[in-house]
Amino acid sequence: MTRILLANIDKPEQASIVKYRERGGYKALEKALAMDQAAVIEEVKASGLRGRGGAGFPTGMKWSFVPRNTGKPTYLLCNADESEPGTFKDRILMERDPHMMIEGMAIASYALNCHLAYIYIRGEYEFVANMVQKALDEAYEAKMLGPSVMGKDFALDIFVHLGQGAYICGEETSLIESLEGDRGYPRIKPPFPATHGFLASPTVVNNVETLCALPWIIQNGAAAYAAIGTEKSKGTKLFSVSGHVSKPGVYEVDLGYPLVDFINNEAGGVPNGRKLKAVIPGGSSVPVMTAAECPGVLLDYESLLKAGSMLGSGGMIVLDETTSMPETLSVIADFYAHESCGQCTPCREGTGWAAKILKNIVAGKGKRSDVDLLLKIADMMEGKTICPLADADVMPIRSFVTKFRSEFEALCGDN
Amino acid sequence: MIEFSEEGKRRYQTILSHYPDKRAALLPVLTLAQREFGWISQEVAEYIGKLMSYPPSDVLSVATFYTMLHKKPAGKHHIDICKNVSCWLMGVYPCIDEIKRQLGVEKREVTADGKFSWDVTECLGSCGTAPAMQVGDRYYENLTPARVAEIIEKLRND
Ligand SMILES: Cc1cc2nc3c(=O)[nH]c(=O)nc-3n(C[C@H](O)[C@H](O)[C@H](O)COP(=O)(O)O)c2cc1C
Ligand code: SF4
Ligand code: FES
Repeated sequence: MTRILLANIDKPEQASIVKYRERGGYKALEKALAMDQAAVIEEVKASGLRGRGGAGFPTGMKWSFVPRNTGKPTYLLCNADESEPGTFKDRILMERDPHMMIEGMAIASYALNCHLAYIYIRGEYEFVANMVQKALDEAYEAKMLGPSVMGKDFALDIFVHLGQGAYICGEETSLIESLEGDRGYPRIKPPFPATHGFLASPTVVNNVETLCALPWIIQNGAAAYAAIGTEKSKGTKLFSVSGHVSKPGVYEVDLGYPLVDFINNEAGGVPNGRKLKAVIPGGSSVPVMTAAECPGVLLDYESLLKAGSMLGSGGMIVLDETTSMPETLSVIADFYAHESCGQCTPCREGTGWAAKILKNIVAGKGKRSDVDLLLKIADMMEGKTICPLADADVMPIRSFVTKFRSEFEALCGDN
Repeated sequence: MIEFSEEGKRRYQTILSHYPDKRAALLPVLTLAQREFGWISQEVAEYIGKLMSYPPSDVLSVATFYTMLHKKPAGKHHIDICKNVSCWLMGVYPCIDEIKRQLGVEKREVTADGKFSWDVTECLGSCGTAPAMQVGDRYYENLTPARVAEIIEKLRND
């Protein structure tokens, strides 16, 4: 299997610019700077790279929506908010190979004609932010950043911006509000950030992992990247796997790799001789899959969608046969109730009620009619809100309740 | 009247220089304020408001959106322990009980000596090394009740 993002992750001192350059680092930036800005965008388009932050939107296409010559600056925002439960992939990239992200940001900035970029890092990752800052300082020192990037007539500044604890700030318009110094309330779209983003200027928000793929794509060419993966899901993807597996961690696989093989080979299988019960393949907000649904499913956007779930952020949570599904859903529902920003009534009320009802059910105080009530609340929330956080609660609620209904009913007894 | 330390004042100027718009500096400035004063009190909001020319209510309305900014005094060591799915699956609750036993206070309360406070939090991005907790700018992972006791003991003598 190809290793693009984790190729050097275990090599000593990879985080230092000296080692990074020794291993070929910043060559892609040099190559990009010798190309036309438009040609860089075309290359990224042709690679088939899709956003790794969760939505899977084609990166090159997103860039091409950014208007030129508006008289306003264009901003690039690197989304390092990584707060989706089960997701811990961006962290390892920033901790162990931060120059790959910086080089990716420089390539993207050049393509977009952006001269000021920010890395929005969740506040809890302050220690990660310190490592990134150290790498940025090195990059400035080596003239990879600053008034003349690699001696070329191209200026770029990159600053780290720390969040302060709010899951919703990972949503791109909320991130922008937060960066502007306000409460992180998501904005109604349109207008999209491509035209009205940070300070009402053209803005691109890209995930850390997305940006980290750029140096390889520029260095090896779009065709080489597009040769990996499936027809519509190109390249490699990081999966962070946790829960009931022998070897939790972050693994890079070609898109289209079989889910069951991933759990058994990469993640070391379910420990203690227990059986697999369910998998949440892409972070807590995607529909859960039963063990019976897993065989034959491939880890790519289309295959997981066809199987009734989603690839999401690649934050995979594995549940063994001893796991109580109502309790698991209760933990998840609590999270969304806590993180709802409260702007939209269906989300604020719905996430709160769902969490309360589930707590009751888990405590053995629920009624059988509560199980249907959960589904009704899900219907009431879906698609009726400013941002997709409400839907991110709907997907686990609906999938857990319909696929494991008897467990919920058993807790309600004859009530 | 409170004010930033000399180092804090330098930091403040550096933060401002990172943004084309002053307002964008507000969250980093609040973060700095918490580091300097421990929590975001009315007095801190008034100081920041005056410094940046925003009404204190505006400053507080931003601060209250973010869970890492304390709206009441916290201990010198504030522990945030994750209760989300992977940490829960890997046995975080016995660790939470150990924190309670060790500190003898409920969540969001401060110990009598002012050294500790604790709270439960959402996913820290340590799911593969669960259970996990954060104290200041440090993460502690692969927790067990025994390890929690050890860590608290170390911090106590700190
Ligand atoms: C509630 C919510 C939380 C999100 N959290 C993150 C996050 O932590 N990191 C991230 O990169 N994208 C997150 N996203 C997706 C972003 O809105 C955006 O699509 C992404 O950063 C775009 O980058 P990409 O195209 O490179 O994937 C979140 C979306 C929603 C609705
Ligand atoms: S859906 Fe929820 S989180 Fe999103 S804007 Fe509405 S209230 Fe806020
Ligand atoms: S669930 Fe605890 S760190 Fe992710």
